[in-house]
Amino acid sequence: MDIVILGLPMMYYIAMVAKVLVAFVFVLLTVAYATYAERKIIGHMQVRLGPMRTGWHGLLQPIADGVKLFFKEEIIPSQSSTFAFLIAPLIALIPAFITFAVIPFGGIIEIAGYKIPLQVASYYDTQVGKVFDVNVGMLYILAMSSLGVYGIVLAGWASNSKYSLLGGLRASAQMISYELSAGLAVVSVFMLSGTLSLNEIVLQQSAFHGFNWFAFKQPLAFLLFFVCSLAEINRTPFDLPEAETELVSGFCTEYSSMKYAMFFMAEYANMVTICALTATLFMGGWQGPFVDTIVLLGPVYFIAKVYFLMFVCMWIRATLPRYRYDQLMYLGWKVLLPLALVNIVITGIIGHFIK
Amino acid sequence: MNPFTPIINGMRITLSHLFKKPVTLQYPTERPNVMPRFRGLHALNVSHNKAKCVACYLCPTVCPAKCITVEAGEDANHDKFASVYEIDMLRCIFCGYCVEACPVDAIRMTGEFELANYRREDFVYSKERLLEKK
Repeated sequence: MDIVILGLPMMYYIAMVAKVLVAFVFVLLTVAYATYAERKIIGHMQVRLGPMRTGWHGLLQPIADGVKLFFKEEIIPSQSSTFAFLIAPLIALIPAFITFAVIPFGGIIEIAGYKIPLQVASYYDTQVGKVFDVNVGMLYILAMSSLGVYGIVLAGWASNSKYSLLGGLRASAQMISYELSAGLAVVSVFMLSGTLSLNEIVLQQSAFHGFNWFAFKQPLAFLLFFVCSLAEINRTPFDLPEAETELVSGFCTEYSSMKYAMFFMAEYANMVTICALTATLFMGGWQGPFVDTIVLLGPVYFIAKVYFLMFVCMWIRATLPRYRYDQLMYLGWKVLLPLALVNIVITGIIGHFIK
Repeated sequence: MNPFTPIINGMRITLSHLFKKPVTLQYPTERPNVMPRFRGLHALNVSHNKAKCVACYLCPTVCPAKCITVEAGEDANHDKFASVYEIDMLRCIFCGYCVEACPVDAIRMTGEFELANYRREDFVYSKERLLEKK
């Protein structure tokens, strides 16, 4: 406690490293077991069993998959742009993971007199007596999710294959058109909250035992944001960039081994982040009953909400077929975007009269 | 039409399927229930400790895949019997015509369906191997 590095106590650094590790391991484990859960849930929805052989009820399946992909042959197409081809999976993967840095996953815990807010990019300032986090957290997330597109576009272009290129083109068109609606959908939340800091947004939803959710105040924005996020992370029914039926495997056709696994991990990490973000913005984040008395309930509520939303993603995947390309563009530009704009106008009018 | 109705109906159906009992059979550990009239591996019927077959050549004649080889022989009582009776399982189409054609009920089909082998010769079932299936 006495050692001070760069004006901050030692405990700050220890807490920071611990939080980063916990959040990273959480996302990594969730990504690994989301693949298993997805296969299980979709299997049971199709009256099948899903993986059953590796371990009890197939519980070791993600590890087996990982080991298999790790030892597969690395193939780099001779006509590809090697540097871009190699860097693309990383560009897709890293933004998917680092978005989690600003998402609060619990209240403030106190260890040896030092208060630690459960959010990676934040700290408790003892002099001011308040939590400081990234005050433009939401902008940071929007920026990072836009960066993820580059990985996919680059992968499609660098592979020098027509299927990959088409997948990459589709990805860029789709992500750009749906990012607009997603961004506009969250604007109506900011109009209510008056802040871009995710920590503040969660705290504002704490009334009524943590059920003062923005999802109830902004049901349309909630729906729009979730649908647009599904489209942005290429989940069914918007998985056109890797439409197996027409594009082989889209942008990752030419990828193999661990580089393919990176795209796979990026897809699921994006799903975790989007679900965590939806839970934070619209479903009260880590807020819930009795969270003030028992602080550790915060992460429990948060994880429960994230996992519920991930289940909904898998449920949607088991139900809905893929959109046709023109339907996708129609939905994005002519349905979701006007709805998001109308939502902002209505929120503005109501907000003006209530004040 | 309301665009949400079909989506919600679909979601409800998939959710109801989640709680149904899966139809999957865990094959090597769980065995399928083979029906009595299933047409699996052939077996030669036995009567008085020898094969009933009288080598009448009706089964190789009717066989559409030409997979049955029969050679007639004469035993100590001057009765005709099949000295060679072979079925090539690589050619057999399991149509069951041989069973239908047999006038003395000498051949039947069992529920045995795991007929994989490592060598081509092992797919030709000799009389002894066909008799083993009681």
